[in-house]
Order: sequence, then structure tokens, then C-alpha cells
Amino acid sequence: MQSKALELLVGLFFTLGVAAVFILTFRVASLSGAGEGSSYAITADFENIGGLKPGAAVTLAGVRIGRVHSIVIDRTTFEARVTMRIGESYDNIPKDTAASILTAGLLGEQYIGLSPGGDEAALAEGDSLKFTQSALVLENLIGQFVTNMAGNSSSKDSASGNSSSK
Amino acid sequence: MTASDTLVRIRGLHFRFGPRVIFDGADFDFARGKVTAVMGPSGIGKTTLLRLIGGEFKPQAGTIEVDGTEVARLGRHELFELRKRMGMMFQFGALLTDLSVFDNVAFPLREHTDLPESMIADLVLMKLHAVGLRGARDLYPEECSGGMQRRIAFARAVALDPMLVMYDEPFTGQDPLSLGVLARLVRKLNDALGLTSIIVSHDVAETLDISDYVYLISGGKVVAEGTPQQIRGSPDEGVRQFLEGLADGPVPFHARAIDYATDLLGTAPARRSQGVPA
Amino acid sequence: MTAVLDGLFDVLRRLQAIATDFLGSAGRACLFLGSVLAAVPSALARPRLVAQQVYAVGVLSLVIIVVSGTFIGMVLALQGYRTLVGFGAEESLGVFVALVTVRELGPVVTALLFAGRAGSALAAEIGLMRATDQLSGMEMMAVDPVRRVVAPRFVAGFLTMPLLAAIFSVMAIGVAGGHLMGVEVLGVDDGSYWSQIQAQVELKDIWNGVVKSVVFGFVISWIAVYQGYHAAPTSAGVSDATKTTVVLASLATLALDFVLTAFMFEGV
Repeated sequence: MQSKALELLVGLFFTLGVAAVFILTFRVASLSGAGEGSSYAITADFENIGGLKPGAAVTLAGVRIGRVHSIVIDRTTFEARVTMRIGESYDNIPKDTAASILTAGLLGEQYIGLSPGGDEAALAEGDSLKFTQSALVLENLIGQFVTNMAGNSSSKDSASGNSSSK
Repeated sequence: MTASDTLVRIRGLHFRFGPRVIFDGADFDFARGKVTAVMGPSGIGKTTLLRLIGGEFKPQAGTIEVDGTEVARLGRHELFELRKRMGMMFQFGALLTDLSVFDNVAFPLREHTDLPESMIADLVLMKLHAVGLRGARDLYPEECSGGMQRRIAFARAVALDPMLVMYDEPFTGQDPLSLGVLARLVRKLNDALGLTSIIVSHDVAETLDISDYVYLISGGKVVAEGTPQQIRGSPDEGVRQFLEGLADGPVPFHARAIDYATDLLGTAPARRSQGVPA
Repeated sequence: MTAVLDGLFDVLRRLQAIATDFLGSAGRACLFLGSVLAAVPSALARPRLVAQQVYAVGVLSLVIIVVSGTFIGMVLALQGYRTLVGFGAEESLGVFVALVTVRELGPVVTALLFAGRAGSALAAEIGLMRATDQLSGMEMMAVDPVRRVVAPRFVAGFLTMPLLAAIFSVMAIGVAGGHLMGVEVLGVDDGSYWSQIQAQVELKDIWNGVVKSVVFGFVISWIAVYQGYHAAPTSAGVSDATKTTVVLASLATLALDFVLTAFMFEGV
């Protein structure tokens, strides 16, 4: 009965189509998470990475150009070495570019923002960024703020000459 | 019988359903304007014959001609055109349960004609009146007894004034009163409307009463044919067993199985027995 | 040794039978879909048939959809509030409830409920018509049952799903659900509940939700009418058709949701 053969053929076609859709879906889903296929790696050392995690965005002028690939501790300097993968098409980033750890919004996740330098030579695979700015740790900031406040008021008091304790 | 006297001509019918052979070389002639019965044991394939005539199945070999046209060769559209000239009464009525009795009988009229509603209503009432159920027009199939459902199915089958009506076991499971009514209806309408009727049944008495010609099938072949008198008087063993309802004869009582003693005493492994050789 | 080989061949033979069965059913289902789609124009030409089915499938499903929408909205509000209040962000409750509902829960939960209620009813109804010879009867009366019975039901299912999903979302976010729970009970500000939603929920989100529910409606209706039409003509056959419809339709919905979400929300 030739209709049986037709059914099997159509069924096979359908199954292959569905499988293809699923494979495509997985690639789309992971692509949007991990960044472009072709990229090159650079590193940067930070004193404190704050809340930075692998997979966080790396931006230049606010545009995402890569992702944080991995974070390890340097055994001699005890600083955090962040390895980033930058998209191949961004091949003329100056060697003296600075990297800072920024926060998205006030309470958002942390990411790396690059500020381009003026060097004519460009970054290549394996290069390391010299200028880095660590993450702002909230407690240190508040500590600084409070110390500043106290400093201001005591200097105001001494300036007006009305210090009670001597 | 000349060719134009025969409405349905079947020659050399071979039909298999999966592994089961249902027809193994059978010939039939259904005369125009006459009531012809096809009888035989249960499960022999009588309903299948009707489905073959209606084009629902295609035979592996042989020809089935309805009014000169070979059914198996028709494309879907032509087949549908042919079916509009055939009416079929199913074993359990097969009425559409979501429609009222009136709407069920009106169904073929509404689907296949452009007649105005008033005409359709008249036709429906006429058909219902012929089967004595004009008063039931607003009921729903579930509210009707089995016999009533059959009569409504009958009215629906003749709604388009077909040239051929096929009855699939119309008398099975009916009480004597409904049986008599249905049988008389089949005969009366056949003569009044000039129909050709094919009745598939295993109810001997009623069917022989109203038929003009009878075919008896068994084992996929026609084992006897003739007028009711000829059949009644036939000396053939197969015919006698069927007519008289004998338990054993050419069609055996016991389904094929291993030896009884062996089965009971458990010396042979348990096996599912084969079906009734049909 | 031969016993092991025999056993192995047996397993392979069984696997091959399962594979052939599966491919055959999938193929039959696709071919059937083809004939149903071909019959859709003639079904649309008989709006009364379609309207009857829309009533049976849609209107009668309203109660379950409305109640479910309400409860799910309330639960979302409760859970969301608890988490957001820790960030002092409870004014965003509206956005939370709205986005989750419009993008995901609206289409998906409605589809699952639809599969269970309307899908199973559809399969059972058509299966029963098959078992009582009504479909064969129609064929013999030269009426194509796919056109008369199947296509209107398919169209109805496909049209009502997005509408039901929309009603679900409205119930969950607005009428009762989130609004009731959030504003009346938990004390979130009425104004900010709605203004945040207006600000943050984009047309894109609503559109994606609609696309999802249309796709789900299509697939669920397809599965239901196929199972019913090809049911074995016995009561066991009808029951199997119904069970298979609910299970298959639910799984297909969830799988499709994964695929659609990945494609729709990839940039996020």
C-alpha cells in the first residue's frame, strides 16, 4: 500500500524538521548568552572585583564588545586576574586602554567598562591591560564619607575657634 | 437479465483486510427495482460488501459496477456524486447525535441541494411520515429507541430519493413488532419509490419474506443463490445449516484450538486459539 | 550465546517497530493536517458551524480560565511582593505580575487548561462520532466529514486560544489577581501599580504572548482532532484518544514554549 510508505516518509521529514528546530533553539539560546564565536582574549588585574562574575559584559563607550571569560587569583600579587574575550571585529583598541568595574544602575549587576587610551598599537590576543580601576565597595565608600563628614565638622569648629576639647 | 436490468454488477471479487481474506472470487447481480438479500454467518464480511459497493474500500481484484460505472476507478469527486444517488442505512442508525431528528433527515437535503427551507421541511415531513415518525421530529437521537433510530435512519437514507438503498443488518436485535414494521417499510418503499434495495442480514425469516432474490455467502464465496422459495427448498448442507440454525455443519462450532484434554491437563503450553475460520 | 543474540535481535526488532509506528503516526498526522487546512476555507464559509464550535470550545471554557487567572494572579502578587519588598521595590509588583503573565504564564497556563478541557472534549467528541459510525455515515452521504466536522472545530480551537489567553492575563494582572492582592490586601500603591506596568510592559511583550497562544492553539487543536478522527472505533479507543490528546498537547505546549521563548527573548 503506497500510502504507508508516504506516511513514513512524511513522518521522517517532520521528525527531522522538529529536531532541526530544537538544535537551532539551543544554539540561539546559548549564543545570546556566551557572545560571538570568533574572539580574542585579553587580561586585566584588579585589587577587588566586587560582584563581577564570568559572563558579565565588557563594554566600550557603553556598547557591549565582549564577555568576561574567567576570573582567577594571581599567586604572587594576590590580585584578581580577569580574562575577557573581545569580539574579533574590535581589532583596533589601543594598548593603553583602561578597564573599570562599573555597576549597571544603582543596584544592578557589575560589568567591565573600557576607556580607550591614545596608543597607536592595538590590543591583541594575550595582551594585558595596565590601567585598571577596582570595583567600588559600598562599605569603604560609606566609611570614607563618614570620615569626610567628621573631618569637615571638626575643621569647621577649629576654624571658628570654638573647640571645646583641648 | 439484460445489462440495464442490473443496477449493481460484481464480478470476481477478491478482497483482503490485512491478513484476513474476506472475498475470494464472488459474483453478484443486483437487479433494478428488486429487493436482494445477502445473508451469511456473523462476521463473514456482509457489511464489507456494502462498503465496497459504496467505494469506501477498493477490492484487490474484480470489478464492481454501479449503474454501469466502475466504482473503484472513480476519483473522489465523482465518487461523492455517485454516493448522492445511494442511500445507506447503518446497523445502529449512525444518526448525528448533535442534531434533532428533523435536522438529521434534512441533513442530506441541506448539504446537497439548494432547495429553500420550506421545500426541505415538506420533504422531511413526507419522509418521516412514510416511516411513521412525523411526530418525533423535534426529539434527539438519544431520546429515541433503537427501532425508532433505525426508522429515522431509513427516512434519512431515502431523503434524496436515491436509486439504490443499502441496509446493513436492519433487523438485528429488534423486537418482533419493530421487526415487522421495518420489514414492511423496506418492501413498501422499494416498490413505491422504484428503488433497488440490498439487504445484508442474518435474520432468516423476515429477510426471506420480503426479498426477491437471495445470496448466501460463506468462506468468501457465494455458496447459494436464488429466489426465497429456491433457497428454502435447497438440499445443500451449508444452506440447511444456516436456515435451520444448526450449531454444527460446514461452519464448525468450535473455534480452532488444541486438543481439549491436553489443554485441561496442562501438558501443552497455553496458546491463544485462532479466530473462527470465516 | 545465541540466546543473547536472539534477545538482542528481538530488542532491535521492537525498537524498529516502535520507530516505524512513531514515524507512521507523525506522517499520518501531517497529511491529516494538510487535509484539514485545505478544508478550512470551506469551514470559514459556513460561519454558523464555526460559531457553534467557538461557543463549545471557548465560551464554555471561560469559567475555568477566569478562575485560574484570578488565582494565579494572586499567587504571583504574594510571591512577588515577598521578594520585592526586600529591595524596597514593591512598587514594581505590577510590572512583575504583568511581565510574567503576558510573556509566559498567560499563554502557557491557558494552553494547558485548554488542552485539558477543550482538547480532550474535542478528541472525545470526534472519537465518539468515529465509534458510532457517524463519520462513515457522512462519507456515505457524500459529505466530507473533514469539512463538516473537523475543520470547524479546528478553526474554533485555533481562534479561541489567543482570546482565552488574553482573558487569563487580564484576570491575573488587572481585574482580580495581582491588582486585588497587591493593592487591596498588600497595600501597594494603586497608581504606581498601573503606571509601572504602562512604562515597562512593551507592545513587543504582548505581541509575543499573542503569537505564543496562537501557536499553542494551532498545535493543540491539531493534536485533538487528529487523535479523535483516528481513534479506534471502540470505547477503549475513544478513551485512549482523549488521554493521548491531553498528554501530548501539554508536552507539545511546553516544548514549543521553550523554542518560542528562546527565539523571542534572545536579546534580553
